Amino acid sequence: MGAEFVALSLPSMLIGICVAVACALPGNFLLLRRQALIGDAISHVVLPGIVVAFLLTGLVATGPMLVGAAAAAVLAVVAIEAIRRLGRIEAGAAMGVVFTAMFAGGVLLLEQSDTSNVHLDVEHALFGNLESLIWLDATGWRSLLDLDALATIPVELPRMAVALIVICAFLYVFWRPLSVSTFDEGYAQGLGIATAPLGLALVVISAIAAVAAFDAVGSIIVIAMFICPPAAARMVTNRLGHQVAWSAAFAALAAIIGYVLAGYGPLWLGAYGSVSAAGMIATVSGVILAIAALAGPHRAPTA
Amino acid sequence: MSISVVKNSNLDADRAIRTASALSVRGLTVSYGQTPAIFSVDMTVRTGAMTAIVGPNGAGKSTLLKAALGVVKPLAGTVSVFGQPLARMRDRIAYVPQRASVDWDFPTRVIDVVMMGMYRKLGLLGRIRASHRAQAMACLDRVGMSDFATRQIGQLSGGQQQRVFLARALAQDADIYVLDEPFAGVDAATEKAIIAVLKELRDTGRTVVAVHHDLTTVPDYFDDVVLLNTQIVAAGLVSKTFTEQNLQATYGGRLATARADLESTAG
Amino acid sequence: MLADALLLQLGYNATLVTLGACLLGIAAGVAGTFLFLRKRALVSDAISHATLPGVGLAFIVMVSFGGDGRSLFGLLLGAGVSAAVGLLCVHWLATRTRLGEDAAIGAILSVFFGLGIVILTIIQTMNSGRQAGLEGFLLGSTAGMLRSDALLLAIAAAAVLALVMLLRRPLELAAFDPGYAEAAGWSLARIDLAMMGIVLVVTVVGLKVVGLILIVALLIVPAVSARFWTDRSDRVVLIAGIVGGVSGYVGAAVSAVAPALPTGPIIVLVGFALFLVSLLFSPGRGVLASVLTHWRYQRRVHMRQGLLALAQGQPIYEKLTHRLMYRAGLILPDGVATGDGQAAASKALLDETRWSIVRADQSFAAAATRYDGLTAIEEFLTKDQLREVDRRIAAPQAVL
Repeated sequence: MGAEFVALSLPSMLIGICVAVACALPGNFLLLRRQALIGDAISHVVLPGIVVAFLLTGLVATGPMLVGAAAAAVLAVVAIEAIRRLGRIEAGAAMGVVFTAMFAGGVLLLEQSDTSNVHLDVEHALFGNLESLIWLDATGWRSLLDLDALATIPVELPRMAVALIVICAFLYVFWRPLSVSTFDEGYAQGLGIATAPLGLALVVISAIAAVAAFDAVGSIIVIAMFICPPAAARMVTNRLGHQVAWSAAFAALAAIIGYVLAGYGPLWLGAYGSVSAAGMIATVSGVILAIAALAGPHRAPTA
Repeated sequence: MSISVVKNSNLDADRAIRTASALSVRGLTVSYGQTPAIFSVDMTVRTGAMTAIVGPNGAGKSTLLKAALGVVKPLAGTVSVFGQPLARMRDRIAYVPQRASVDWDFPTRVIDVVMMGMYRKLGLLGRIRASHRAQAMACLDRVGMSDFATRQIGQLSGGQQQRVFLARALAQDADIYVLDEPFAGVDAATEKAIIAVLKELRDTGRTVVAVHHDLTTVPDYFDDVVLLNTQIVAAGLVSKTFTEQNLQATYGGRLATARADLESTAG
Repeated sequence: MLADALLLQLGYNATLVTLGACLLGIAAGVAGTFLFLRKRALVSDAISHATLPGVGLAFIVMVSFGGDGRSLFGLLLGAGVSAAVGLLCVHWLATRTRLGEDAAIGAILSVFFGLGIVILTIIQTMNSGRQAGLEGFLLGSTAGMLRSDALLLAIAAAAVLALVMLLRRPLELAAFDPGYAEAAGWSLARIDLAMMGIVLVVTVVGLKVVGLILIVALLIVPAVSARFWTDRSDRVVLIAGIVGGVSGYVGAAVSAVAPALPTGPIIVLVGFALFLVSLLFSPGRGVLASVLTHWRYQRRVHMRQGLLALAQGQPIYEKLTHRLMYRAGLILPDGVATGDGQAAASKALLDETRWSIVRADQSFAAAATRYDGLTAIEEFLTKDQLREVDRRIAAPQAVL
C-alpha cells in the first residue's frame, strides 16, 4: 500500500485538496456578496485566457498562462460591470453574455490553432486529469524526505500550494475590509475603504485559484468548490470566521472522498477501471451541500 | 444655503467660517443619470450642534450625506471637514447608513458588528485585545444592547439593529456623527434611546448630522436644520429657520401630505 | 462555399439543420426574453448543465435494453428529465434554505455537470461506449448528423417555436407587469412554471446544436441585445426573436462549411457580434450615446453652477468650471466675468429664482416636477404664468 499510494495517489490527492480549499476560501466571500456565479464566469473565461496566452507566447508555461487567465478574468468582470451599468442589464444576464462569448471564442481559437502537440483541449479544460498526476520516483513515504525524489513530484502540487498560500495570505491581510464591505458596503465606503478595487482584488484572487487549479483538475471542480463548500458551511454556522473554516474542511473532505470513490469505487462495485476524479469530487461536494441543506442548524431562510 | 441668501464675498471670512464648521460642502451636485439628486448644494454644519436634514421624499437627503462622506461620487463640488479635505479627516467621521442598505443575512454577531467600528484604528492586522472588546461592549451598553452581544445580527428587530449601528459608530469615537434616517422603522423606546445618546454626544462637543423625516420632532431633537429639496431651501437655527414659510417652500404641494403621513403613522 | 451554406445549397441535411437552428434561435430568443425580464436569466445555465447526467443515463439505459444507445430522441428525453430534476433542486434550495438563487444555480450546475462527467467516464469503459459521441452534446455538433436526427431537430424546433408563440401573452404579462398579471387572475407561479418548461424544452432541443455549455447564450444574448434598442415589451420580444434567428441561421450555415469546428461556439459568436453592435451603437442606451450624453450633461452642470456663482459674486472653485467658462468667453483668466458672462449669469440667477418660486407653490405643481437644475423655466411655463412668477419675485413678501 505505502509505496504505491505515495507514488500514485498521494500527489493527486494533495493537489485535489489544495485546489478544493483554494477555491472554497474566496468562494465564501463571493457567496456572501451574491456573486456566486462570478466563480462560474471566471472558470469559463480561464480557457480563452490561457489559449490567447499560448498563441502569443507559443509556450505552455505557468507564467504566461497565469497572466493570460487572470487578465481574462479581469476583462470579463469589467465587461460584466460595464454592460450592467451602461445597458442597465441585470448582473446575471450580463454575466451570461460575457462568459459564453469568451468561452466560445476560446474554443474556436483552440480548435483553429495548432495545439495538437501540446496539452490543451476543451475536454481537458473542463474535467482536467487529476488521476494522471503521478510521482514516478516515489518509493514510499520516505521519498517525502528525499530531495532527489521530491524534485520529480508533479509540478502541479507546488504550484497549487503556492496559490493556496497566496490566497490565504490575501484573505488574512484583507479580512477586515473584505468582511465590512461585504456586510455593509455604504459603511465601508464611509470608513474610506476602496470597495470597488477590493471587489476586483477578490475576483483576481479567485481567478488565481481557478487558473492554478485549471490545468490539474479542469474547470468544473473549480465552480463546484467555489460554491458548494461555502454554501454548505453557511448553513452550519452564523459566524463568518467559522463559516470559512467549515468551508475549508468541507472542501478537503470532498476532495478526499471524491478522489477515493473515483479511484476505488468501481472496484468495490465489482467493475474495473475508474471514473473521473474531478467529476466525483464535484458530486461529493454536492452531497455535502445536500446534507447541510437538509440538516444544517442554520439552513432556514431568515424571514 | 444657495442662491436665496446674500453671500459674503469676502474670501478670508469665508474660509474662517469653513474652519469653524465641522463639515462644509460647496457646489455639490450629484446626479443619477440625467436628473440631479442634489444640485449645487452649499452647506455648513456647525461644530458641536445637532443638525437635521429635512425635505420631501426624493429631495436628495441621503445623497447629500453620501456625497459629503465620499460614498457617492459627485458630478461637481467639494467637501471639507474641519477645513481639511475629506480624505485626510475620515477618522473623525462616523457614519450610520440606512438599515435597508445592509445584508442582514450576513453571518456575524452583534459584537462583531460593533468591532467593525474599530477597524480603521486597528488597521489590517492590528491585534484585537481585551480592552478593544471591553470598549465595544461599553458602546453596546450605551445603547442598551449589551445583552444581545452574541446574537446573530439578522435575528434582531429593526430598532435593535439601528441601536447596534449606533454602537458601531460610537466605537469609532469620532468627532462627527452622520446618520441616515436613524429613526426610520424603529420603535418608540429605541427612538428615545438613540436621541439620548446623540444629545450626550452633542453635549460632549461632538457634531451630529442626521437625515430626519418626522417634522414634528425637529424642534425637540435638533439645534440646526437644513431644508433640502434638490437645492438648499433654507438653513440655520431651528428657531429661526424651521418656519411655516420655509417648510412650504421646501415641500411645496407636498407639505400637507407629509404631515398627514406622519399623523397616520403616529396614530 | 459560405454563400452556398447561407443560401441552403449544401444538401438536404445541412438545410434541415440550418433551418432548425434558425427556428430554435427564434424560439430561444423569445423564451429567453421572458426569462431575462423576470431577472432569472442564469437559471437556464443550471438547466442546461443539469442535462448531462440524463444524457449519460439514457445512453446506459438504452444500451442495457439492447440498443446502440444513440437514439437522439432517447438521449434528449433523458436530458429533459434530469434537467427537470436539476430545476427542482434549484427551486428547492432557493426557497427552502437561506441560499440565494445564484448560489443554488451555481451549486446545481456544477454538481450535476460533475455527476454527468462521472457517468460519461463510466460509459467510456463500456464496450459500446467508446464511440458514443456524447461529447458532441458539450459544444454542439451538427456535422454528419443522421437524416432522421436532422428532421427531429427541425420539427422539434418548429414545435417549440409554436409553443412559445402560443403562450406569449401570459408570459409577456408576467414579465412586464407581474402585479397586474396576478390581479387579472393569472397565477404567477403557474406562468413561471410554464416559462421554465419552455426554457427546458428549448435547452433540450438545442443541446445537439449548440451544446449544453453554451445554450444559455442563445437564451440570454438575444434578449439582452434587444433591450438596448427599445423599451417597448412587444418590440423586445420581436427583436430578440430576430437576433436569435439570425444567430442560429448564420451560425449553423458557417458551421456546415467548417465541419471540424463545434457548432455552438460559432452560433454564440454570431449572436455576440450582434450584441456588440447593440451595446456600442444603439441610440438610447448604447455606449457611444451614453458617453456623449454624460459628457454634455456634466458640462452643462458646471456651466450653470459657474454662472450662478458669478451672479452671486462667489469665486469659482473648480478647475473644470473655470476652464469651460473661460473657453465660452464668459470669464477672463482671473475669474472675472466678461460682459457676456454677466448677462448669462443674471439670466441664470433669474431662472433659478423663478424656479424656486414655482417649486414652492402648489399651483405650479406640474411644472415643479420638471425641475432639473438646468433647463430654462420658459420651456415649461406659459407667458402668463411667467409674468405671475415675476410679479411675486418683485413683491416684498416673496418666500425665500
